Amino acid sequence: MSISREDIEKVAVLARIKVDDEQVSALEKDLGNILDLVDQLSAADTDSVEPMAHPLDAVQRLRPDEVTETNQREAFQAIAPATEDGLYLVPKVIE
Amino acid sequence: MHNKSVAELSRELESGKISSVELTRQFLDRLKQEDGKYNSFITITEEQALAEAKAADEMRAAGKATAWTGVPFAHKDIFCTNGVRTTCGSKMLENFVPPYDATVTARFRQAGAVCLGKTNMDEFAMGSSNESSYFGAVTNPWGLSSGQKRVPGGSSGGSAAAVAARLVPAATATDTGGSIRQPAALCGVTGLKPTYGRVSRYGMIAFASSLDQGGTIARSAEDNALMLNVMAGFDPKDSTSIDREVPDYTATLNEPLKGLKIGLPKEYFTDQLSPAMEEQVRNAVKEYEKLGATVKEVSLPNAKLAIAAYYVIAPAEASANLSRFDGVRYGYRCEDPKDLMDMYTRTRAEGFGAEVKRRILVGTYALSHGYYDAYYLKAQKVRRLIQQDFANAFKEVDVLMSPTSPSPAFIQGEKTNDPVTMYLEDIFTIAINLAGLPAMSVPAGFVDGLPVGLQIIGDYFAEARLLNAAHQFQQVTDWHQREPK
Repeated sequence: MSISREDIEKVAVLARIKVDDEQVSALEKDLGNILDLVDQLSAADTDSVEPMAHPLDAVQRLRPDEVTETNQREAFQAIAPATEDGLYLVPKVIE
Repeated sequence: MHNKSVAELSRELESGKISSVELTRQFLDRLKQEDGKYNSFITITEEQALAEAKAADEMRAAGKATAWTGVPFAHKDIFCTNGVRTTCGSKMLENFVPPYDATVTARFRQAGAVCLGKTNMDEFAMGSSNESSYFGAVTNPWGLSSGQKRVPGGSSGGSAAAVAARLVPAATATDTGGSIRQPAALCGVTGLKPTYGRVSRYGMIAFASSLDQGGTIARSAEDNALMLNVMAGFDPKDSTSIDREVPDYTATLNEPLKGLKIGLPKEYFTDQLSPAMEEQVRNAVKEYEKLGATVKEVSLPNAKLAIAAYYVIAPAEASANLSRFDGVRYGYRCEDPKDLMDMYTRTRAEGFGAEVKRRILVGTYALSHGYYDAYYLKAQKVRRLIQQDFANAFKEVDVLMSPTSPSPAFIQGEKTNDPVTMYLEDIFTIAINLAGLPAMSVPAGFVDGLPVGLQIIGDYFAEARLLNAAHQFQQVTDWHQREPK
């Protein structure tokens, strides 16, 4: 199964990864090969099979709604690319 | 000292023949001197290691020593270490210093073990050759004397190479599709991927959350058991961690194997395996027969679909997990972003390497509108078929045995041009992750002077049985003690 240049450009936008024209050509080949590999799945008869999300069919545990973590804003923001007054700085979003 | 096992080092420390500070100094000196050849470490934490060694000696003097107190080891650079940078092999996290410990890290700390540093790995654990690391490829200690640089396997290639080169007696590792077992096989060391949920994933940087599992690499099965004793157990901070009693994995190492029922999956002994590799694996199975085991052929009819299912599920989960790297809260941010979209797209284009980007794009495609049912849902259904094959096999036998990898360590650069060729490296290991089962790789011979691994697969939570089977094999063979020249 092949994947078109338009598909790759669309997926790259969804994934928030900038790709240039040259990379799109390489990705066309590589992703096409990967999708060919994956296409073997279509041969499997899975009509009455339940999809498997967890090997032991475990479900998410619930815990009491209690505060268990302390506020560590300073430690967490110390490793951020840009902060000011306890806020994360990003490029201007609204003019 | 560098040739001694964890168990032996522990006894040396206990007897007072050497202090942890002296031992740590010896290991650090050797590590700094030797690792230029292998590039198996990304970060060496000399200062912290010596401080931990001093604390370990004090812990021992106070009568509070465990089997690990004062013993040097290393962490794969995927486990967060409070105050020590954790890169996951990526430019994205080149300067990331976590403000907290992974549960696995905290457990070794509590046991008094001495961490010498963080081992190299494929970027975000995506790879089978350790060539996708931003910090350079790792070289396998085996085959170096012939002048050829071979891969150590991946993604835990740094951990496996460091243990094989006797830089550390043991190192933590993770396995999403074979990332513990394949490098252990290619480097001639012993590795264990536990049952999904046995070891906490908290603070272990996520790749594919339904497949990722932390585990162990050391030279002997006994040392793997000592590692798992520290690592295994319920953790409320990991929502998929299993609350189940943890046995002492060293207690059953010496049980006799008489009556052990071994299954050989016929799908794993095909023409994808070279006759020389097959011979080594069959010889290993014969050793088990001498130890009283019985052998029969079994079938895993859907095993052939494992790679296809994996390359939907793993990239899909990776695309979701790696969306957190946005240049806002931590990690790399591109220079001079013009707007928010430019910041996201350039940060991620510049911060991730080629293989990581390929997988994010495949995963995004598989999860995108109109494709979810055909890819992700279909793969999850095939996953259940694969699991049922194993369940049927374990009705007849106790363990399954197979080669770990289709070939021994290959030359660097040989498989980097075609991602799909590289993916086939994990043809014998991937189904185990899809089923969530535990499995080991044990050194079982050589082909052309390069190590061959025997894979032993167990039923859920059968880690003690796997370690027992591996340990008994290592009492009658010396493959695991061979040292690269």
